[in-house]
Amino acid sequence: MRTTWETVVGLEIHVQLKTRTKMFCRCAAGYGAGENTQTCPVCLGFPGALPVMNRTAIEWTVKLGLALGCEIAPRAVFARKNYFYPDLPKGYQISQYDMPFCTNGSMIVPLPEGELTVGIVRAHLEEDAAKSVHVGGQTGRIGGARTTLVDYNRGGTPLLEIVTAPDIHSSEEAKRFLLLLRQTVVELGISDAEMEKGTLRVDANVSVRPMGSDELRTRCEIKNMNSFNYIARGIEAEVARQIAIWEAGGEVKQETFDFDAGSGTLTPRRSKEEADDYRYFPEPDLVPVEPPAEMIERLRAELSEPPAARVVRLGKELDLERALVLVTGGLDALYAATVAAGADQLAASNVIANNLVGAGVDPATVDATELARLVSARERIPRAAFDEAIAKSGDPGFTADPFLALEVVSDASELDPVIEAIIAANPGQVAAFRGGKEGLLGFFVGQVMKETGGKADPRAVSDLVRDKLLG
Amino acid sequence: MIDTLRLTAEEGLALIEGGQLSSAELHAAYIAAAGERDEELHAYLRLCEATESGGVPIALKDVISTKGVETTAGSKILAGYVPVFDSTVAARCKAAGMPIIGKTNTDEFAMGSSTENSAYGPSHNPWDPTRVPGGSGGGTAAAVSGGLAPWGLGSDTGGSIKQPSALCGNVGLRPTYGTVSRFGIVAFASSLDQIGPVAKTVRDVALLYAIIAGRDANDSTTVELPGAVELPTTESLSDVRIGIPKQVWDLAGIEPGVRASFEAAIETARSLGAEIGECDLPLSFDYGMACYYLIAPAEASSNLARYDGVRYGPRVDAPTYREMVEQTRDAGFGDEPKRRIMLGTYALSAGYYDAYYGQAQRVRTLLIREHRAALEQFDLIATPTSPTVAFPIGDRAADPLAMYACDVMTIPSCLAGLPGLNIPSGLSEGLPVGLQLIGSQFGENALFRAGHALERAIGFDTVPERLR
Repeated sequence: MRTTWETVVGLEIHVQLKTRTKMFCRCAAGYGAGENTQTCPVCLGFPGALPVMNRTAIEWTVKLGLALGCEIAPRAVFARKNYFYPDLPKGYQISQYDMPFCTNGSMIVPLPEGELTVGIVRAHLEEDAAKSVHVGGQTGRIGGARTTLVDYNRGGTPLLEIVTAPDIHSSEEAKRFLLLLRQTVVELGISDAEMEKGTLRVDANVSVRPMGSDELRTRCEIKNMNSFNYIARGIEAEVARQIAIWEAGGEVKQETFDFDAGSGTLTPRRSKEEADDYRYFPEPDLVPVEPPAEMIERLRAELSEPPAARVVRLGKELDLERALVLVTGGLDALYAATVAAGADQLAASNVIANNLVGAGVDPATVDATELARLVSARERIPRAAFDEAIAKSGDPGFTADPFLALEVVSDASELDPVIEAIIAANPGQVAAFRGGKEGLLGFFVGQVMKETGGKADPRAVSDLVRDKLLG
Repeated sequence: MIDTLRLTAEEGLALIEGGQLSSAELHAAYIAAAGERDEELHAYLRLCEATESGGVPIALKDVISTKGVETTAGSKILAGYVPVFDSTVAARCKAAGMPIIGKTNTDEFAMGSSTENSAYGPSHNPWDPTRVPGGSGGGTAAAVSGGLAPWGLGSDTGGSIKQPSALCGNVGLRPTYGTVSRFGIVAFASSLDQIGPVAKTVRDVALLYAIIAGRDANDSTTVELPGAVELPTTESLSDVRIGIPKQVWDLAGIEPGVRASFEAAIETARSLGAEIGECDLPLSFDYGMACYYLIAPAEASSNLARYDGVRYGPRVDAPTYREMVEQTRDAGFGDEPKRRIMLGTYALSAGYYDAYYGQAQRVRTLLIREHRAALEQFDLIATPTSPTVAFPIGDRAADPLAMYACDVMTIPSCLAGLPGLNIPSGLSEGLPVGLQLIGSQFGENALFRAGHALERAIGFDTVPERLR
């Protein structure tokens, strides 16, 4: 009998915090400045330079921990992670090891078949490495490169690392979890969390096991996946690879792969590039942090209903998929306000998730009352006018009035006199139509549309004309 | 005519403030003295122009970053490195109007007890130039003792201020950990490194400590002093309880002359009214050295990782990044840093951490408790600073363990984060002997009072006999 395999995935997520300054110095942490212009002796690792903690970054880490239901350490310690790399100016990264800020949390992922709980093993704070560009050589990596160029602007920016338990069992679950985690981070206002910009980075630890077993087999790590879809595809590719190895009687070895989205293939990393022993020890240049109780309580009070809970709630009035789209798109507040202003739930959901997003309108700028009027009238105003109204719905002072004035006329009592006048004025065409030239229907409809200034509902007109001519 | 061999910083300041002398003139006098004697002593790695005025000139150990002035930490791997920023202590000296006379020699990265590990050659003891001045701060000690500086700053990790002060007949303070900023100090072992003053008198040391001490926003491990620094005036030791660790008497390797001078100093303390008793520091004497030689190299192995040839300092070009780093570090570091990088890397390695670094941290906690208990009974603890007087250059250079033994009595209180003061207690075979006084955390004022009273009673002449 063939074995059925279960996918086991744990994720390691790096979120770049959008603090104004870096983690351990006062250099600006923003993007887009010229290379190596946002640097100082501290983030360049000059002799004698010492780190000083960024208070905001610590608060945000605690806040995320609270949002994920973590325990906040009464005493958190920074540790040095030692390895050599040109983008690591001190020869060590200041990170956290055995005493991180946040441990033992969880996040709910609503699924069609029920709720999945993904454990959050830990969330800790560290400094980011600088950015290296390897010139020459074939791989774009340091091995074989002729020159390595380093931009230290990113070096030392605060980075939050979140590690999940291996509670995820499909690429789809991974994707949903990440969508909800990303939304949580964005709503806390602590990061832009954009994969394309690298402010959100995800590594996946993947293994498989026979369905029903609870063993944990050798896992492999996949890196370099820069969209949620690539993550899903990377996981699928790795799962397939491992199943093939096990089924052929082989043994999966622990390896790290880069996922190439173009070819859909996994390339093993040269193991030499990875140091195995980071020689962690407590950072002696910093003192332990004891987050004060009043800070924790203040941050806890600032939290609002988490995205996952909102998906569950909205999933009951819409369906789960729509709810997920609205919540992870940051659209559910507008949805709720639009429904409260009288719009139909499904219609509001569709207009917001499709038309509004498609038009690139920022939901935060939209007046829900006006939007509700548009949603309710959308079957009755011309399509082009509706699209234009949606596109403008975020403009300051937007009102639906001029667009509602274009409401289509489909009422027979309004259209009948117009149609009868046109029939009376075109006896030749009437005779030809009755003689079998059905194509002339369009002529009559066009005349009516012209006469009504485009406000007539073409389908209603068409039906009415046909009835009158043939009836 | 300024007698740089005898002028104290306090006297120099009085002359400047009285308008009899300018900072620049005083600076010039020390530069002239260096011109006369530094070829022999090699206390300085480089001399500086006077850019500040109003204060007494100062010598700075070459681990102290000085903006625009090369700072090498006695290593080739920092040859030509010119800091773009001042260390906090240099900035505080400058703010007090103190011109820098020069940057003084040190064992490479302050690792050593003789300055023989300097990549730029050893310094010589002004009392006998065939002998070492101690280390790692031998350059500052030799400069102060040889009249090339009225005072200076050193760094002390396991005895690098106290031991050279003993061997050169100076007063030297290793302050309470956290009272003086380490910002801009080329790091050796971060949890142990402290900057402190070296001078001819306890009052000078107190004056300089007052200038450099206090919280620094750039060093998270610093604190505000709990009270103001007091210039000592008392000549009595009544009501002062001094504890002598009973282990001192059994310690192998203490020279008879050192022991005699120590005993005499204790008798002097008793005659000044001090209550002398015995305290017990068994773990400190048995395990202090071993503990230190795990923690300090472990931190050093990490602190020295930044010297990779990528951003500053000399680089050995090689075809790949890895080879470039390996060859740069091989060429740039001397034997002692390499030895400690290897020791420390090993102590932190997976599978060894608990047995070595982790265990050493637990021992350190015990040493802290042991000292605290002794200092509940006594106001101060007294020991000889160094078991020997200055030894001949080359005598111990080939034997790292013999060199490490120089610091057996200075190390434990460093691990405990406590302040220690060296004052000269007399001569043995014509060479200075040092008395180490250890105080409670933030107990610098008590150290200054006792040190001052003893210094007055002992009446040690800080000018080397051959230079008088």
